Amino acid sequence: MEDAPALERIVRELLAAQRLAVLATEAGGKPYASLIAFAAGPDLKTVVFATPRPTRKYSNLAGNSRVSLLVDNRGNREEDFADAAAATILGIAGEATGEEREACLSLFLRKHPYLSSFARSPNCAIFRVEVESYYVVSRFQSVSELHVRR
Amino acid sequence: MRVLLPIDRTAGEDRALVGGKTLALARLGTAGFNIPDAVCVTTEAYREFVDSAGLPVAIARELGRKRFEDMRWEEIWDAALRIRALFHRTAWPADLGATLREGIRSMFGDAPVAVRSSAPGEDGVAASFAGLHESFLNVKGPDAVLDHVRRVFASLWSDRALLYRNELGLTPTGSEMAVLVQEMVPAERSGVVFGVSPLDPDAAVVESVWGLNEGLVDGTVEPDRWTLRRSTGRVVAHHAPIRQKRVVPGSAGTALSDLPPEASGRPPISDDEACDVFRLALAAERFFGSPQDVEWCIAKGVLHVLQSRPVTTRATPGGGDNRSWYLGLKRSFASLNNLRARVEGELLPAMVREAEALASIDLPALADRELEGEIRRRDSTVRKWEGIYKSEFIPLAHGVRLFGQFYNDAVSPEDPFEFTRLLSGTGMLSLERNALLGELAERLRTDPHLAERVGRDERGDAEFESRVGHVFLEYGDFFGSAGSEIGRRGVLSLLLEMSRRPPGASGGSAGEGAGLCDRFLSRFDGEARIFAADLLDLARACYRLRDDDNICLGRLHSALARAVEERRRRASGRSRDGIVRNGPGDTIKALNEPPASPGGGIPPVMETPSFLQRDRQLVGHPAGPGYARGPARVVRKTADLFALRAGEVLVCDAVDPNMTFAIPLASAVVERRGGMLIHGAIIAREYGIPCVTGVPDAVHRIRTGDTVSVDGYLGIVTRQGPEAFFDKPGTSGR
Repeated sequence: MEDAPALERIVRELLAAQRLAVLATEAGGKPYASLIAFAAGPDLKTVVFATPRPTRKYSNLAGNSRVSLLVDNRGNREEDFADAAAATILGIAGEATGEEREACLSLFLRKHPYLSSFARSPNCAIFRVEVESYYVVSRFQSVSELHVRR
Repeated sequence: MRVLLPIDRTAGEDRALVGGKTLALARLGTAGFNIPDAVCVTTEAYREFVDSAGLPVAIARELGRKRFEDMRWEEIWDAALRIRALFHRTAWPADLGATLREGIRSMFGDAPVAVRSSAPGEDGVAASFAGLHESFLNVKGPDAVLDHVRRVFASLWSDRALLYRNELGLTPTGSEMAVLVQEMVPAERSGVVFGVSPLDPDAAVVESVWGLNEGLVDGTVEPDRWTLRRSTGRVVAHHAPIRQKRVVPGSAGTALSDLPPEASGRPPISDDEACDVFRLALAAERFFGSPQDVEWCIAKGVLHVLQSRPVTTRATPGGGDNRSWYLGLKRSFASLNNLRARVEGELLPAMVREAEALASIDLPALADRELEGEIRRRDSTVRKWEGIYKSEFIPLAHGVRLFGQFYNDAVSPEDPFEFTRLLSGTGMLSLERNALLGELAERLRTDPHLAERVGRDERGDAEFESRVGHVFLEYGDFFGSAGSEIGRRGVLSLLLEMSRRPPGASGGSAGEGAGLCDRFLSRFDGEARIFAADLLDLARACYRLRDDDNICLGRLHSALARAVEERRRRASGRSRDGIVRNGPGDTIKALNEPPASPGGGIPPVMETPSFLQRDRQLVGHPAGPGYARGPARVVRKTADLFALRAGEVLVCDAVDPNMTFAIPLASAVVERRGGMLIHGAIIAREYGIPCVTGVPDAVHRIRTGDTVSVDGYLGIVTRQGPEAFFDKPGTSGR
């Protein structure tokens, strides 16, 4: 069982190492999961991602800004059952505009420079997720929560 | 696939395929040494076997429940037993099984063979810790051989190997085991030669016993021992033991038998033969280029090499490394029987006599100076018995373990801990005490007037009071209650709580136990059945004695506590309590913990500048099947336990036998201390109460009043709500 500093380290390493996350949105009581590229802020209190506006996730977010993201380091190997770690992020997503959009975009592109033309395209929205908590799963079934102090 | 190779075709093979033992013997064979005919079941066979059933994942999960350094020895043993059961219940893949069966049949038919581990890492670290893996002698017929090959596979994950897991580099997906199936040499005499004595670099040592080597290797039979000068090859000393026993082939496996008188009077080999054996070791040394330890035997006058490995310096345990002590606890059936007889016949009765003698002293009548002397005497008595506890009582736990392994081999049950249901209910002191307390609770239930008085902290009637006094005196320091009014009140409040529950709500699975017992014994015939019954008897005795010794030690602790209490009463205000330690039982508690246990004492850090931590799901070991949900009662000190109310989930560091009587009140039990054979777990099973053990920091991560779900099937404890507290952004602090 890990203590809080160790859990924070696990989350930090996981978010730094992983490029992709599964994003869950919802509309009309129907959950919807999508694979996205993401980047996390240095204090782990924000996560940013980019999505073109005509997507289902974009329209879902317009109706309900509560999101959940799953970040994990599984490698589709036997060892995963014992070794894989996963963090479920709960938070509220909002489209970033103006200066905030530029800050989020640069955070995003520092991690994903190869997505520059995608993220900078006029029809691509940049979302900023204000993280409320991380649910960290390790050793297959150990679950601890980290709640953001604000 | 090369799953089975005749030994004469393995000399040029990779150690990773055939293992160290096979390779060394094969090379000696090509050089003309006299080795038994053999085949090697290769690591490719191991790989195919484990992969066919996904065992690496299962092993990884078994070992990954918690950080390895947080696991107690007991938990490591439990994990090894579970893994062994997994192997045992995994069928051979059809093609692989057919290939091996056919190969072994064509080579040996139904002739007896030895089935020995041949681990690839054996010449490295493993050699320094000989006996990590299993070997079996006198196995007959392809089916039995395959069954034992599987056991040797499983022994890659033995408790001993797991203890040295880091040094061995054991990984569930990477480690493998080969097995050497060797023609059984009908040895009249056998032994080991150490090419270089561990004590003297210019000396070699030859050890020899009558019969098979097994008795020497496992320590059951004391060998004759010769010391030889390496430079001259001459014998310089011969130590002769009292020769009584030898190991011989039984109908299957081996048996310990009495030596015939003509053998007990003389050494198994002559001085000249000892020199021959030493020359054999020298020849192996020249061949391999480094000094060798050689296992050998003599059959019909011919000397055979059974195995050879380089001399390694034994690992010297570093500071705080108690693993060698733990390994030394392992005992054979014969020595456990002796130990049982000594504990049952001498040590426990002596302990009871001392406790009774101490109880009979009228402390208030002693002069101050006499009381000081009495405290010192009691303190040294307690220390003496704590020493005996460590050296004589703790090893008894292996009687239970030996039986558990034997039971699983015979019955192959779905639940590898089914055997624990055969252990209890055999007249343990704690059960006697719990029954007496049950009667007191019954009095309170049927006599509302008495219950009311006790509830108001008044004395009960004379008969009730005398029975309460009797339980305290006879069963000692349960709940640390001795000699203190707070303790008495606490126990009575628990009794009141018990009296409010419907009668007869107790466990006891004796009927079911009898059925299991019959099923177990029906697997055997004749002598084997007698042995099985003896082993069960031993296990039951060991289990009972391990419970009783704690109760007796509790009585001694309480005798000491009473004397200290008397002094405190006389000299309240003066601080001269130098002799009193942290609390009775702390020494014993420390012994039962791993060297660097996080313990229950240091709370984990639950916040950082940015985050607050809250544990949702805690994983331990499934130690008692069932599911329950209720408010937690976290017990960190004695007084917390007195507050236990019916239906609460008892969360504690460790349930020791001195506090088991409160368990029936709880809806579930969660313990920081891990293990399937600890008393909390066995008593919980007996009462049918869900139990999860080995939950790290349980008493700090769960708070009294938290609603918790306890899943005793999977070993998971889940804290429910209050979600709202943390879910609102902007909320912080606790």
